[in-house]
Amino acid sequence: MAAGDRRFILHFDWTLFILVLALAGIGLVSVISASYGGHKLLNPLVIRQLVWIAAGTAALLIAVFVDYRAMQTYAYPFYVLVVGLLIAVMIAGHATGGSRRWINLGAFHLEPSELAKLAVVLVMVRYLREEPPKGGWGLQHLIVPFVLLGIPAALVLKQPDLGTGLVLVLITITLVFVAGLNWRTMLVLAIAGMLAAPLSWHYLKPYQRQRLVSFINPQADPLGSGYHIIQSEIAIGAGGPTGKGFLNGTQARLNFLPEQSTDFIFAVFAEEFGLAGAMLLLGLYASVIARGAYIARHARDRFGALLAVGLTAIVFWQVAVNIGMATGMLPVVGITLPLVSYGGSSLIAMMAAMGILISINTRRYLF
Amino acid sequence: MAKFHIPRSNNRPVPLLEPRIVTLTVMMFAVLGLLSVRLYNLQVLHHKDNVEMADRNRIRLQRVPAPRGLVFDRNHRPLVDTKPSFDAQIVPEDSDNLSLTIERLARYTGADQIADKISDADEAGRPPYEPITVAERLGWQQVVALEAHQLDLPGVSLQITPARHYLYGQLAAHLLGYVGEVNVSDLKSHADYHMGDEIGKFGLERVWESFLRGDAGGQEIEVDAVGRRLRVLKEIPDTPGQSIVMTIDLNLQQAAEQAMQGKNGAFVALDPRNGDVLAMVSHPAFDPDIFGGGVKASAWKELMTDPNHPLQNRVIQGIYPPGSTFKIVDSIAGLQEGTLKPDTAYNCPGGMWFGGREYHCWRKQGHGTVELHDAIVRSCDVYFYNVGEKLGVDRIAKWSNQMGLGLKSGIDLDHENPGTIPSSAWKQKRFHERWYPAETLSVAIGQGYVATTPLQMAQVAAQVANGGIRYKPQFVKYVEGLDGNIAKSYPPVIENRIKIDPDALQDVKDAMADVVNGAGGTAHKAHLDNVVVCGKTGTAQVVGDKGGGDGEDEEEKNTPDQYKDHAWFIAFAPKDQPTIAAACIIEHGGHGGSASAPVIHDVFQRYFQLNPPPTAPAIARVLDNN
Repeated sequence: MAAGDRRFILHFDWTLFILVLALAGIGLVSVISASYGGHKLLNPLVIRQLVWIAAGTAALLIAVFVDYRAMQTYAYPFYVLVVGLLIAVMIAGHATGGSRRWINLGAFHLEPSELAKLAVVLVMVRYLREEPPKGGWGLQHLIVPFVLLGIPAALVLKQPDLGTGLVLVLITITLVFVAGLNWRTMLVLAIAGMLAAPLSWHYLKPYQRQRLVSFINPQADPLGSGYHIIQSEIAIGAGGPTGKGFLNGTQARLNFLPEQSTDFIFAVFAEEFGLAGAMLLLGLYASVIARGAYIARHARDRFGALLAVGLTAIVFWQVAVNIGMATGMLPVVGITLPLVSYGGSSLIAMMAAMGILISINTRRYLF
Repeated sequence: MAKFHIPRSNNRPVPLLEPRIVTLTVMMFAVLGLLSVRLYNLQVLHHKDNVEMADRNRIRLQRVPAPRGLVFDRNHRPLVDTKPSFDAQIVPEDSDNLSLTIERLARYTGADQIADKISDADEAGRPPYEPITVAERLGWQQVVALEAHQLDLPGVSLQITPARHYLYGQLAAHLLGYVGEVNVSDLKSHADYHMGDEIGKFGLERVWESFLRGDAGGQEIEVDAVGRRLRVLKEIPDTPGQSIVMTIDLNLQQAAEQAMQGKNGAFVALDPRNGDVLAMVSHPAFDPDIFGGGVKASAWKELMTDPNHPLQNRVIQGIYPPGSTFKIVDSIAGLQEGTLKPDTAYNCPGGMWFGGREYHCWRKQGHGTVELHDAIVRSCDVYFYNVGEKLGVDRIAKWSNQMGLGLKSGIDLDHENPGTIPSSAWKQKRFHERWYPAETLSVAIGQGYVATTPLQMAQVAAQVANGGIRYKPQFVKYVEGLDGNIAKSYPPVIENRIKIDPDALQDVKDAMADVVNGAGGTAHKAHLDNVVVCGKTGTAQVVGDKGGGDGEDEEEKNTPDQYKDHAWFIAFAPKDQPTIAAACIIEHGGHGGSASAPVIHDVFQRYFQLNPPPTAPAIARVLDNN
C-alpha cells in the first residue's frame, strides 16, 4: 500500500465524495426544517444528525482504505452477524410506533435492518462472482440467492418493516439480472410474481392493507392512513416551482406531515425548495447512480463490478420507493431517503456503502 | 493478492456484465424521469390547487371519541355510565412566563409533572398552539380555584370530556372490568385506534369493546398561520357505542358484596335453568374508576404489589382444592357407574388403613356405619375413601370432566383457569410417574392434585339442580342498539348434558337438603324459613393432613389466620325446580359451614325476597347443636 499512497490520493473519487456530502448537506437542511419549532435551529435532533454525518464520513473514509476484495472473505461472517442482530431485535428489540426495529445500545439505537441491505448485497455478490454457465444463470442457480435473501427478508418483514423487506427483494432482483440471469428464467419469475401478488395480501397486517387501500383511494379514509399520502402531496405541490423558502413550509411547521424527519423528509424539502430544489436533489442522485454504473463498468474484477451495481441499487431503489411514496405514486411503506433522512443507522450504513464504492473505483488504478 | 478471486483477463475484465449494466442504468434513469414528471405535475400543473389545500390545511381535524355505551343490570338499572370530567389544558405558547404559570397551576390543581407532560408532548411532535392536557378529573374545588384565578393563568383552559364512571365503585369490579388509554400493543392490534383513545382493558369492558366503543366523530377547527385555534368550523357527528344489558341483578349483587364484606374469597350465583350469572364477587376488589384518565403510578403500584391480589378474579382465576364439596361429584360418578348405590354402607371408625398408612376422617371418633345419605349429610371422609377406591381415579376424572371440572367454563372473560383434575394419564404426562391407588383417596375428598375454580363448583351445584345440564355461564343478556332494540342476544348455550338417573339424583338432592336442614347437617347456617336450600360444605386444606372436615372442632379456634383452611359452600334452591345455584369460598375462613354458608344464606334470602317462591311452606328448623 505504501508505494501506492500517492496514487491513492490522486485517484480518490472526489466526484462521488462531494456528491455524498452534498446530499448529506441537503439532509441536514431538511432535518432543520422538519424539526424547527420557531425558536432555535440547533435542536437536539439537528445536533444528532450532525454527529452522525461526521461519524458517517469517518465510516466512508475507513471503507475507502479497506481493500474491497477482502470483503469476499468476510461477506458470509458479516451476513451471519447481521442475521444474528435481526434475531436479537425480535427478542430484545426496542419498539416504537407498533414495530420492533431497534436495539438499544444506550446512546445509540442500532437499526440492524439498515445493515441488512449491505449484508445482502455483499453475500449475493460473493455468490454471483462466478462466471455464469453458457446461456446464463437458470432457475436452479437461484436456490442459494433465494435462501440468502429469504432469511433476512423474513426477519425484517416480521418487525414489521415492509419497506426494507421490499428493498432487499429489489436489490436481489437487480443483482441477479446484472449477473446474467437468462431471459427465460426472468419471464418465469415475472409470471410467478404476478400470480403471487394477490396471495401476499393475506399476509399483510391490517394497517399495511389499509395503506394499500388508501393508496388506491386516499379519500377513502382521509383522517386515517390516506392522510399521509394526501398531506405529503399537498406539501410537495404547494412548494411550486421555486418553493416557499427555507423554514417557511407550513405543512411541516404545523405538523401535517407524518414522520417528517425520516420517511417523509422529501416532502419537507420539496415544500420549501420547490421543483428547483427537487430537481437538484434528483440530479444529485442521478449523478451518484451514473457514477456507480461507471465504477461498475470499469471495475477490475467481477466481484467489484457486481458490488458496485449492488451498492448503487440500494441508493436507487430507496430513492425510487421513497419519492414514489411521497408523491403518491406508490403505497406508503416506511423507507428512508438515502443520505438525507434523519437517523444514525441509515446514514452511517449508507456513507460506508459509498466508501466501498469509492474504494472499488480507486483500486482499479492500483492493481 | 493471490488469495483473491481475480480473473486474469486484460483491461476490460467485465465485458460480460457491461450490456446489462447499461440496460439497468437506462431503466434507473427512466424511473427518475418518471418521478420528475410526477413532480412537475404536482408542483407546476397542480401548484395552485395544492396551495389552496395547504391553506385549507389551516383547518385542523380533531377526533372526538364517541361516548362509550352504558352497562345495565338485568332490570335495566345503570351500573356504568359516563360523566363529564373537568380537565385542565395548557397552551404553552400563550403563556409569557411558562414556569410561573406551571407553578401556579400545580398549586391550584395539585397536579404534578406538568412540565414533564409539556416536554413529552413537544418531543412527540406537538404542533404549536396545540393544547396539552396536564391534569385530569379535577374535583369541584380545583375547578373553582382555576376559574377564580383565570387571569393569573394565561394559556390555561378547562376542557370537559366524558369519562367512564362506575356508579357503584367496587361493585362487580372484576366482571365489569375497566378502561384505560391505549398502549403500543393495543395500537398494533387495532388499526382504527389512535394515541390517547380509551380502550377496554379488562372484564366486560374489554370483551365487549367493539360494541361499547362506537365510532369517533370529529371537529374541524380553524387555526391561524402559526397554528393558534380560532374557531370550530364543523362538527362531524359521532356514533355512540351500544349498551350492554347484563344478567346480574343489582340488588342481588349488592347483597353478595355486603355478605362478602371484609373477607377474601369469591362468590358466584348462576341461574341453573340457563347459565345466567346472577351475581359474581371476588374480594378484595379494586375501584375501576382509578384507571380512567391516566391511572396514578402510585395507585397502580399499590394494586400490583398488594399481597391479596385485588386484580385477580378469584371466581375464574382462583383455583382451590374443592374439599368435601367434591363428594357430590364422587356420588354422581359412583351412582352413574353403578359402583355406588344409595344403600351402600361403609363403616367409619374414624379412619381407614390403606397401603400401610392411616387415612383419617375429620371426625376422630368416627361416624359408625353410614349409607350414602348420611355420608353426604355428615360429610364422612371414610365413606368417600371407599367410594373413590371403588371408582378409581380415571372414572372420577371422567365424571369430573363431564361436569365441567378441569375445563374452562367458556365464560367470556380473560385468563380463566381450567383448574386440575388428575388422572393416571395426567400424572404420567405431568410427572412421568404412575398413579398410586392411595392418591385416589385424597382425590375422593377433593384434596391432593384436585383444583377447581368457584365458578366450576357453582356449575356442579347447578347441574345437580337442573338434572345434569351444563350451560356456558353468561353474564350479558343482550346488546342494546341505539334505537333501544336488542341488537344481539345471547341465548343459553348447552356445553354438555349428562343423563343422571332421576331416583339417584333425588337421593343426592335429599342429602344436600339435609346438609342444610337435617339433623347432623354441616350447614345449618344456610337455612331459610320459606325455601328448601340444598348445599354441601367443604374445607380446602391450606397446610397439614388432617382429613377434609366440615364440622367445627376445638383445634380450629387456635389456628393463626394464614394457616386456617379455605371454607367452601355450594348450594342451590329451591329444592324442587331450583332457580338459583351458587358457590362461595372464603379464604382462610375455616369451615364451610361456619364461614361460607352464611354468605349464601344472605344472598339466597335476598334472592327469594326479590323473586318470591311460588309456595312458601314453613320449613322446620333443626336445632343447631353446634
